[in-house]
Amino acid sequence: MVKRLRTGPILVNTILLILVIFWSIPTLGLLISSFRQPLDLQTSGWWMVFPHREWQMVTTVSTRDLGLDPTGVMEVEGARGTFEEMRAGIVSSDGKTRVTWIGNRRLGRIEVQKQVWAVNWDFTLQNYQTVLGGQRYTLTNADGSTQTIQGQDMSQAFLNSLAVSIPSTLIPILIAAFAAYGFAWMKFPGRRPLFIMVVGLIVVPLQIALVPILRDYNSLGLNGTFLAIWLAHTGFGLALATYLLFNYIRTLPRDTLESAFIDGASHFTIFRRLILPLSVPALASFAIFQFLWVWNDYLVALVFLGTDPTYKVVTQRLADLTGTFGNAWQLLTAGAFVTMILPLLVFFSLQRYFVRGMLAGSVKG
Amino acid sequence: MAGLDLAEKRPSRTGAGVLAWLGRVLVAVVIPLVAFAVIYAGFIFLRDSQAPKWLMALVAIVWGVGGVAVLYWVFNGIVERMPAAWTRRLQPFVFVGPAVAILAWYLTFPALRTFWLSLFGRDGPPAGLNPIAAIQSDAFVGLANYVAIFTQRLLQEAFRNNLMWIIFGSTFSVVFGMLVAVLADRSKFERVAKSLIFLPMAISFVGASVIWNFMYEVKPADATQIGLLNAITVALGGSPHPWDKWVAIAPWNNIFLILIVIWLQTGFAMVLFSAALKGIPEEMLEAARVDGASEVQAFFGISIPYILGTIVTTWTAIIIFTLKIFDVVYVMTGGQFGTHVIATQFYRQSFTARNSGVGASIAIILLITVIPVMIYNLRQFREQEGF
Repeated sequence: MVKRLRTGPILVNTILLILVIFWSIPTLGLLISSFRQPLDLQTSGWWMVFPHREWQMVTTVSTRDLGLDPTGVMEVEGARGTFEEMRAGIVSSDGKTRVTWIGNRRLGRIEVQKQVWAVNWDFTLQNYQTVLGGQRYTLTNADGSTQTIQGQDMSQAFLNSLAVSIPSTLIPILIAAFAAYGFAWMKFPGRRPLFIMVVGLIVVPLQIALVPILRDYNSLGLNGTFLAIWLAHTGFGLALATYLLFNYIRTLPRDTLESAFIDGASHFTIFRRLILPLSVPALASFAIFQFLWVWNDYLVALVFLGTDPTYKVVTQRLADLTGTFGNAWQLLTAGAFVTMILPLLVFFSLQRYFVRGMLAGSVKG
Repeated sequence: MAGLDLAEKRPSRTGAGVLAWLGRVLVAVVIPLVAFAVIYAGFIFLRDSQAPKWLMALVAIVWGVGGVAVLYWVFNGIVERMPAAWTRRLQPFVFVGPAVAILAWYLTFPALRTFWLSLFGRDGPPAGLNPIAAIQSDAFVGLANYVAIFTQRLLQEAFRNNLMWIIFGSTFSVVFGMLVAVLADRSKFERVAKSLIFLPMAISFVGASVIWNFMYEVKPADATQIGLLNAITVALGGSPHPWDKWVAIAPWNNIFLILIVIWLQTGFAMVLFSAALKGIPEEMLEAARVDGASEVQAFFGISIPYILGTIVTTWTAIIIFTLKIFDVVYVMTGGQFGTHVIATQFYRQSFTARNSGVGASIAIILLITVIPVMIYNLRQFREQEGF
């Protein structure tokens, strides 16, 4: 018992720490990389920003001064090897020195290196400028050649994402709140079957609707418009929103509503003045879920916004980047972080609502 | 005079009444017309304008949200101006109608239309034929698309992969979620640890794909590895591999894609389990400890049975989720290297290969697999009071 109490917390915290490190490393690597120089990114791992041991040149000596014979086995500063081995660099037997033969056999020199602690802290905002801006940029490649690339214009995509996400969040909430009120507080024929339809539709996968809706949009001339994607997100989020808000609104105190009725208030007034303000917690939870769902959505945007680059949202832009610049990590890391910044802000500032919203929305179709 | 007065007044009063009535009708007609005109003008502006992007975005937001609010206001105004009996009869439909109409348009009818499409060949039913004639046409293939789904090699591969996704993805998310929930419950650093594990839930699948592509990045064997996984492999004396695109180990390269979703979903499971674990009465655990049960015995003997309901729900939610997995595969490998899943095949058949019949059948299969959950939801709902 005593033993368990003493070793318990240490063991628990150690395992927890390991898990947390495992879970954080991927994101951390991306974040750090997005601030590194493009050249550094391509030639060294992002973990080089942490203190590490690195070989650093101490001195160079002419091979002729040392009287070395490149045809046989040579020894310099405790490192023994043939010419070929020395070209690749040999570490001395005590592990403290490395010697490298630079140049050809006849006119070479020996570089003597010692291990020192080092950090690569050459950070830059250039990657973000390239990704966000629309003009052309010149980059220097690893081999010294230069290359001009078109900026990725992610700021436009960011605006598009806002223009898609905000109405796609508010419209379904408004429609669902009206419907939830109607189902909870009004009596009308068909109330039960209609609500059963709502509940049944929550888990229906949206794949079922993509092709028919695309055909409707084609005949209505709606394809590639913001309206099309708002309506699509509204349609796909509405069942869940109605159900969640219904569950909340029906628990509101009946007395308050009835006294308002006696005072002569209409349904519309009660809804606007009483129900909406009282439902703010439920509305906020769903709003956060729906906003993140739409912001992070890729499939619906891919199908309904189409290929017109002026309308593409951030997820589409980023996916395009992985396709065309699969190895241009200076673009990908910064681009990925641009798409993540808003959800992460929501996550850190509204964590309680965020968790509630995520849990409520987990079964969405 | 008095009589005349009266005679004069009456028509004038009626005139005012007619005017007021006309005015009401006019208002009832004009306000909706103006409202629709404004909404339509906004639509045309958004569709055709070349204005700067930020202005478009702003107009789009105001127009979209305002437009919907105005529509409700207008229709409610019309209904409230009707006789009381009609107001009572129609008002519920002003409130509920739009939601029901949108759901019917976006989910209910599409399900039927997709099923209809799934009975036809790659170009769907011939245009301009009535349903009977369509069934008699050559394009009608009956259930052949469904047979194709279960016999074509590529589609079988997608189903096999999706099965791997469901088995490994959901199991490991649940196991890790439970592990973190249990450990965090006993730690001083509960809040920080839970936040960091939950954080990936905020990241889009596309973003997560970039993050993990970077983890898996491979360079030639003689170059410095900049991807963490290959750097570790090389440091341990192994050779670098393009993990998720490594065909030689197929189908196990799928594991490296599944890992991404485990990373994303563990936080979700953790939060649910953490809340459930805190709901276990402390006396129950205390009684077990007094009886000499170890922590492990108390966990498996008391905690797990107590929160079994939560475990099943969470597991089911993650299974449904992995069933529809699309973005990760589409962005990471595009379905190459033997990594297609049901949803990527659906996209490929429907939009790339333009084989609407097979695409529709895949969507119907997806729908059928979630029907048990749908029935469960409806049962839960029926048990609720007040309906």
